[in-house]
Amino acid sequence: MSILINNETKLVVQGITGKEGAFHTQQMVEYGTQIVAGVTPGKGGQKDDNGIPIFNTVENAVTETGANASVIFVPPPFAADACLEAIDAGVDLIVCITEGIPTMDMVPVKEALDNSHTRMIGPNCPGIITPGECKIGIMPGFIHKPHGNVGVISRSGTLTYEAVHQLTEQGIGQSTCIGIGGDPIIGTTFIDLLSLFKDDPQTDGVVIIGEIGGSAEEEAAQWMQNNNFDKSVVAFIAGQTAPPGRRMGHAGAIIAGGKGTAADKMESLRNAGIAVCASPAEIGKTMANSLQSKMTV
Amino acid sequence: MKIHEYQGKELFRNAGVPVPNGFPAFSVEEAMEAYKKLDTDRVVVKAQIHAGGRGKGGGVKLANGTEEVEKYANDIFGMKLVTHQTGSKGKLVQRLLIEEASDIAQELYAGIILDRSSGKFVFMVSSEGGVEIEKVAAETPEKIIKEWIEPNQDLKQFQARKLAFALGLSGVQIKHAVKTFLSLWKVFKAYDCSLMEINPLVVTKSDEVIALDSKINFDDNALFRHKDIQEMRDLSEEEPSEVEADSFNLNYIKLDGNVGCMVNGAGLAMGTMDIIKLYGGEPANFLDVGGVANAETVAHGFKIILSDPNVKSILINIFGGIVRCDRVAQGVIDALTQVEVTIPVVIRLEGTNAVEARDLLKNAEHNFIVANSLADAAEKAVKATGEES
Repeated sequence: MSILINNETKLVVQGITGKEGAFHTQQMVEYGTQIVAGVTPGKGGQKDDNGIPIFNTVENAVTETGANASVIFVPPPFAADACLEAIDAGVDLIVCITEGIPTMDMVPVKEALDNSHTRMIGPNCPGIITPGECKIGIMPGFIHKPHGNVGVISRSGTLTYEAVHQLTEQGIGQSTCIGIGGDPIIGTTFIDLLSLFKDDPQTDGVVIIGEIGGSAEEEAAQWMQNNNFDKSVVAFIAGQTAPPGRRMGHAGAIIAGGKGTAADKMESLRNAGIAVCASPAEIGKTMANSLQSKMTV
Repeated sequence: MKIHEYQGKELFRNAGVPVPNGFPAFSVEEAMEAYKKLDTDRVVVKAQIHAGGRGKGGGVKLANGTEEVEKYANDIFGMKLVTHQTGSKGKLVQRLLIEEASDIAQELYAGIILDRSSGKFVFMVSSEGGVEIEKVAAETPEKIIKEWIEPNQDLKQFQARKLAFALGLSGVQIKHAVKTFLSLWKVFKAYDCSLMEINPLVVTKSDEVIALDSKINFDDNALFRHKDIQEMRDLSEEEPSEVEADSFNLNYIKLDGNVGCMVNGAGLAMGTMDIIKLYGGEPANFLDVGGVANAETVAHGFKIILSDPNVKSILINIFGGIVRCDRVAQGVIDALTQVEVTIPVVIRLEGTNAVEARDLLKNAEHNFIVANSLADAAEKAVKATGEES
């Protein structure tokens, strides 16, 4: 098992004819993702290089192909509208890759998500992968080890790859890996995914990669404590050396008004009994030890 | 992006938020002209820099009469103003705001920020104006009153009224406060602000509710639709190397250490800084070169890192996913034909074609220090600075 996506997921690509969209469609097809449709307004009726049918609207794509998930590669000024269109079309899952969407545009998207059955991953994220089955996003597929028992949830991109690479090197496969995105408003939080992993019998451990800004990691720590989350959890928080008041690349990665420091987050997680690595090079090893000690208990 | 107080007040004035009469001045002479134009005895001479705590640092003075205005304008203009937000070096004051002094009856606080947990903007007020709001939030959180703004809607009249009553205002003050609050939200929304603080917001002796200060940050992601705000950017307030990096689409933040870093991805860049510190070094910068680490980007990255004389070694950490490591390695090698680098360069490449990349680097003319893992890279980069910490 896995969470959210598997080999039965049928994907529609919004922005399939753009440079990024076309490139990553190719990559996803090669990984084995079932892409059933693309959307580019005005190019309905055409086909892309992989023979994937293109539609003018997400609604058409869903009706004609039965797509149940969407990935968005639409430029920032139009991306929030693309999210709203996918919600309106009723897909179960949206993965919004686009970086740089104005916060003011995301507020109504969050509202629309709250009032629908649709779940969104992102925006400003690498996407989600169930190794060996389905890849929705821009992550390199080959670093993953399929059919594993560890989930990964991360606010970062390349740092997630780093963590996955370390797990794979330790011989630890992954169940599902999700980059939740680096923006202040995101569709899916650590807690949402932890509760899905809690009910996934295949997942024995979860790696959490947080960063400075906001209080999502503290909230996740509290949630795990309150809900007796008994799987192995290893966490790393990026930005222990980041200066306050500066946006560290991601729009959401900023220590504002003394809040959102790495030290606070690490303390909250430790207090919840979670193994927190000070070094990003220790993630794989720490998870290996944690899984090992659980088995011997 | 940030703007100056006087620019923020201009936006306020245009939107109907009451602010004191005042003019910006770019020299002492202009300050004196501004004083004449204001045609009043008592004015405030205010340093315009992008940092808080200006009053405590001596950058805000109440002046009575021409002589005092001239004295304070001379004192403040050109001074290195040090506040708790500027660092010990301080900031050079190159702009002043000369504005009418107000008859203050009460100092309040008003602010608007995003509440990430609910995904809504929140309007906050407090009767504890004029002091650091972080302190109020930590010590007496009950003194901060909040109203959340519903998505696709505006701050409502009744919400503004609730805030005004909660502040203990009465009579005509309520009406004035409501108008000010509604107008502040209008500015926030119209210009895609990410943060707005008015500290203090004051009630005058004649019951007006006016913004005596303005602190506004804008959502960088939304600047594309606000050309007028982009024009307000004051580059002299920013680190020159960061402005240069920005022009190459590189994300660079200067820090105080001696290990320069070049990394793809913001999270990994922060993680790299962290591990340098764990190995006893200090990162000299945050630099995210993004997804395309080709010769040109890497060359720009080298130039910017080397513009900081404190840098004693450089650590390049690239996790090649879609981008192939051997291409990145070739990019680094080519970049060194464009830029002269005499300090040690430690490289760690992982991911697609990492083995080929390491071979390329080992056979290259330049004497790279090739690392096998993240930890190995950090250790080598710190050691290469030749400085014991």
